[in-house]
Amino acid sequence: MNFGKQFKEGLITNNPVLVQLLGMCSTMAITTSVSNGIGMGVSVLIILTLSNIFISLLRKIIPDEVRIACYIVVIAGFVTMVDLFLQAFFEPIAKSLGVFIPLIVVNCIILGRAEAFANKNSVAASAVDGICQGIGYTAVLLVLCVFRELFGAGKLLGVDVLLRFGYVPAGILTLPVGGFLCLGTLIAIVQWALQKSEKKKAAKAEGKEAEQA
Amino acid sequence: MSVTRLLAISLGAILTNNFIFAQFLGICPFLGVSKKSDTAVGMGLAVTFVMGLASAITYGVNQILVALGLEFMQTVAFILVIAGLVQFIEMFLKKSIPTLYTALGIYLPLITTNCAVLGVALLNVQNGYSFIESVVYGITGGLGFLLAIYLFSTVRERVEFSDYPKCFEGFPIALITAGLIALAFMGFSGLEVWPM
Repeated sequence: MNFGKQFKEGLITNNPVLVQLLGMCSTMAITTSVSNGIGMGVSVLIILTLSNIFISLLRKIIPDEVRIACYIVVIAGFVTMVDLFLQAFFEPIAKSLGVFIPLIVVNCIILGRAEAFANKNSVAASAVDGICQGIGYTAVLLVLCVFRELFGAGKLLGVDVLLRFGYVPAGILTLPVGGFLCLGTLIAIVQWALQKSEKKKAAKAEGKEAEQA
Repeated sequence: MSVTRLLAISLGAILTNNFIFAQFLGICPFLGVSKKSDTAVGMGLAVTFVMGLASAITYGVNQILVALGLEFMQTVAFILVIAGLVQFIEMFLKKSIPTLYTALGIYLPLITTNCAVLGVALLNVQNGYSFIESVVYGITGGLGFLLAIYLFSTVRERVEFSDYPKCFEGFPIALITAGLIALAFMGFSGLEVWPM
């Protein structure tokens, strides 16, 4: 099994948010502060890995016709566990994420990976896939969180970073509008980079062909 | 329960606290099914219908859960009820109103994983709404979704033919467009029904 390839896929080339375009709601809604981003990212990472393992274990038992319903029940079970855990031990984070923790149930990333990967692959591969995709999701959240909190509020993790230098925060970044604009721009940048690297590859291949001829 | 309170809830759900532009619920269908305005309206109506019905039914389910002391099963119970409800509506429409069924087509099953539907059920409980308030919130929330997706689809039809950088093709330009509409919706944020 090539862990490196799966890791690269999850982080960049097949990133759940930037390339597969899944899980938009939570990505835009909660990336207003870094602590939120870490809480959400780690929750999704854990739920995704557990549900991938479980669904992969059950993939030969679950009948094909009702598989989506079964996946949702499995996912909802793990989401409830994480929700209760956060409420018990990390109350401030649970409060600020609010309704978005139970809404992980309908986060398309988890259902998408169950359908696209876990029900076709072995348990170990599914676990690795869950971890890699979860890290990819968390990485995107962190990029957006750092940008929006740093420039939208002048702080990082609630600690004053820019304000003391007389920085006037661009409050719009922490508003819903900022979520749309930042994510749109980030996806555009990634598309631009992927298009560029594809062009380079195509040019290289052409060059080789020309040499051989 | 006063009429003004219901009016305040409706106004909040449609304009000031719009599900799409202020609460980020239901973004996936909003971006996915908004390329043409007529399909967007179909999706919006289907969502409104399911949100209203889901609000009513989950209110009852929540009463049962509270009576049994099983509040922590909320998420699991709600999503199962919603999935069952959507399946049931699909079967019902297929038999009795086939024209509407074909018009809605693939959008109906997609509604199961629409976070606006589960979101409205959870928010009803969180806000402590009564039965009528829940139903009003569900329906007006759906109408807010309808308004948002219709406005967005009409803008998007025009953006399609305009000139923008190639790397913005597809989702990025859609997100930027949505962001600008959200900016316009921010203008409603001071709106209040008085007296509350």
